[in-house]
Amino acid sequence: MLLFLFLMFVQFSLLAVGGANAIVPELHRLVVTELHWMSGQEFAALFALAQAAPGPNVLVVSLIGWKVAGVPGAIVSLAGICLPSSLLSFWVARWWQRSRGSPLTIAINKGLAPLTVGLIAAGVAMMAASHPPSWAAGLLLASCALLSWRTRLNPLWLLAAGAAAGLGGLV
Amino acid sequence: MNTQIIPDKKALFRGFFLIGLSGFGGVLPQAQHQLVQRRGWLTDTEFAELLALGQILPGPNIVNMAVAIGSRFHGVAGALLAVAGLLLAPLVLILLLATLYQHYQHTSWLQQLLAGLAPAGIGLLLGMVLKLAARLPRRRLPWLLAVLTFVAVAGMHLPLWLVLLVLAPLGIGLAWRYPQGGL
Repeated sequence: MLLFLFLMFVQFSLLAVGGANAIVPELHRLVVTELHWMSGQEFAALFALAQAAPGPNVLVVSLIGWKVAGVPGAIVSLAGICLPSSLLSFWVARWWQRSRGSPLTIAINKGLAPLTVGLIAAGVAMMAASHPPSWAAGLLLASCALLSWRTRLNPLWLLAAGAAAGLGGLV
Repeated sequence: MNTQIIPDKKALFRGFFLIGLSGFGGVLPQAQHQLVQRRGWLTDTEFAELLALGQILPGPNIVNMAVAIGSRFHGVAGALLAVAGLLLAPLVLILLLATLYQHYQHTSWLQQLLAGLAPAGIGLLLGMVLKLAARLPRRRLPWLLAVLTFVAVAGMHLPLWLVLLVLAPLGIGLAWRYPQGGL
């Protein structure tokens, strides 16, 4: 089972173009519809948990592994999803460092910068759309955005303010 | 921010450990804060470069970045330390949370907490978009490309690999063809 998990997520690794959230629909199909490891509701709950908890969103993968095979399953799944893409990143980063300032790396830089902005902005829009709209939440979102853009405040303070607003029933 | 600081291995692990620990709802804003503003390991420009690479390469973006940054300072060991530091605390925490969640998922304070954390986390990410967008050249083409990417992903819900497959070569090609101006 552990080997199966590892190999399954190794395959997913290079499919996660643009981040871990890219593979969630396919993961859902495989884990819920085909393998019947959990219900769709359980999957959604694990996904929400990975989004809300500290740490990278790729951790949803470790939760699936955990659900199926406990803590070893979690570790093996995480290692599987990270290994191929990390090897690739390692080689690309070495090449990048060596050829920094060459016309090609400059073109890659300039060509990709607008895409980065568009991609992350799209992520923001889609996440915001998945929450029920409210004035209070919108205000909180906007002020956090403004403060993190304009000041050098540690993001944790803004998150703490958000948590406090939530607990106080303001959002 | 001009003086480049090169962390030793312990600092590298600790830095990424903190990033992993404190990145609710996504790690990128905290990574930028720690790596650029607090620690000075990277300049703004280098962060933007590595972020773009992390986005375009397959796999989890922040893990890709950790590999790139760790290996720049300390080779293979640096890459391993950075990734381990990044993932260790969140992995332990999320498994604890998952166990707790099964028991307490209906308690209202937990849902209230999440209701407040989510918009704040999204706002932080938006703040980062604004920082990155402010660095784009004030010309038509880069902004057109950014808007196109946004619409393709958020508006038309096209699969990411398809968007990247078309727009990444287009952007790089245009920047290559017209080194001055254009992009």
